Amino acid sequence: MQNRHSQHISREFNDELETIRSQVLRMGGLLETQLDKAILAMLDNDAVLAAEVKHGDAEINQMEMEIDAACIDVVARRQPAASDLRFIIGVFKTIAELERMGDESKRVAKMSAAERASVLPVEINTELRHMGELVQNMLHDVLDAFARMDASAAVAVAQSDERVDDKYELISTAAMRCMVEDSASVSAAMSLMWAARSLERIGDRCQNVAENVIYLVLGRDVRHLPLDGLLEPSG
Amino acid sequence: MPAQSSKPDLLQNSLLQNEPDDVVVSIRQLHVSYRQRQVLQDINLSLRSQHVTALIGPSGCGKSTLLRCLNRLNDLDERCTVTGQVLVNGRDIYAVEEDVVSLRREVGMVFQRPNPFPKSIFDNVAYGLRLLGVSTRSDLQQQVRKSLQDAALWDEVRDRLHSSALELSNGQQQRLVIARALAVQPKILLLDEPASNLDPISMLKLEELIATLKINYTILIVTHNMQQAARVSDFTAFMDAGELVEFAATSDLFTTPKQRRTEDYITGRYG
Ligand SMILES: Nc1ncnc2c1ncn2[C@@H]1O[C@H](COP(=O)(O)OP(=O)(O)OP(=O)(O)O)[C@@H](O)[C@H]1O
Ligand SMILES: [Mg+2]
Repeated sequence: MQNRHSQHISREFNDELETIRSQVLRMGGLLETQLDKAILAMLDNDAVLAAEVKHGDAEINQMEMEIDAACIDVVARRQPAASDLRFIIGVFKTIAELERMGDESKRVAKMSAAERASVLPVEINTELRHMGELVQNMLHDVLDAFARMDASAAVAVAQSDERVDDKYELISTAAMRCMVEDSASVSAAMSLMWAARSLERIGDRCQNVAENVIYLVLGRDVRHLPLDGLLEPSG
Repeated sequence: MPAQSSKPDLLQNSLLQNEPDDVVVSIRQLHVSYRQRQVLQDINLSLRSQHVTALIGPSGCGKSTLLRCLNRLNDLDERCTVTGQVLVNGRDIYAVEEDVVSLRREVGMVFQRPNPFPKSIFDNVAYGLRLLGVSTRSDLQQQVRKSLQDAALWDEVRDRLHSSALELSNGQQQRLVIARALAVQPKILLLDEPASNLDPISMLKLEELIATLKINYTILIVTHNMQQAARVSDFTAFMDAGELVEFAATSDLFTTPKQRRTEDYITGRYG
């Protein structure tokens, strides 16, 4: 926001908004690390890494509370308007999404690959890895869109959620087929489905953050709207 | 005032036709200058009945000047030239046949600087009523009391109605002149920073009053308090350097202004 606009007459207000912005980016960075580790822990069945993810979540929760407090403070003391108001509201919503993505990352980390490897076809694991990469990219890109206040990048992120949803369909169908064909695979297939489910949720939440970015840049609520042609000039 | 005869009637008619039915004041291509200096340029603005319109903008941008055009107070200043049109209920108020006295009764104004007459509190409020021919003691008393109550001043002055208005504090004087304007029940009420000297409670009472009044009046309020504009008004007009930069529903203007100049002003940025 700050780079798109001229400076506030109040330098303190400028600094406060700038601090909030960089806090959100730091929280996002932490989350990226958490998600990377969680996916690795899941794919490599790395218990040590999984434990790190579990502990790392506390810091994300803490950051959410701190940014929350900073936003409330700005609202109470500065009565932000226009783009400043949209920025604060957008941050409020965004950090709630980031916090929940942290929770989902913890769930991903908990899913063990050990049992999967023995009973499920190896292609399923490959699909899961791809899905993880898609979601990692979404998170990275949406944080980038937030940092640069780039509505068109946000639109691209929101649109890419479809590919994550497709992967989820594919994986859960495959997992169910395994369960039907071989009752010994039920527990492994369930764990696979839970992991995929958590990744799919993270994708949805990245889409929500993307919509927040679009709102705070353009001032338009694009939830439940088709995204095609969104950025073309209209009335 | 010279009619804008160079403009084709067609344009005027189409402007008329695009307006909502409840427009009470319609300002068209209004230009104002003092001596050779332009202070308002091509203002086009409509005020709708039963709505509050807030007028915001930096000091010296022409807000008070615009208000004065709506009841022809600028006539009093011969250095001031006004061109364009101001229609009140469809009537061109600058037309020769216009009766300025009745216009000013219809379009009430509360000035930026409280200007009580050097008379008693009671006589200040009763002044306009007497001009209107209200003469019985009980009618006067009743209407003065009602106006003072509406302006949230009654409780403070009920015991001293006959002392001089000049003894009142600044904030009390401000409410007194509001009571004086309300007493004659104008249809259109122009408030030029009516809350600048009020404590937060009196200010909220005034805002409450505005919310009640708008059922019967058309209100235009100038305020430097952005939150106040956002709270009391349905529409907001942002002026800068004699131009009307943006006019929009208040909730739109304060969340997603269309013009960069509006954005910079309401968020407190360097232009
Ligand atoms: N009687 C006058 N003679 C000459 N110039 C005037 C006169 N009244 C106003 N002006 C000029 O017209 C411009 C607009 O003044 P106006 O009082 O309308 O501003 P404003 O928006 O009400 O400002 P503020 O917020 O400070 O009350 C200013 O540049 C002012 O100097
Ligand atoms: Mg003024």
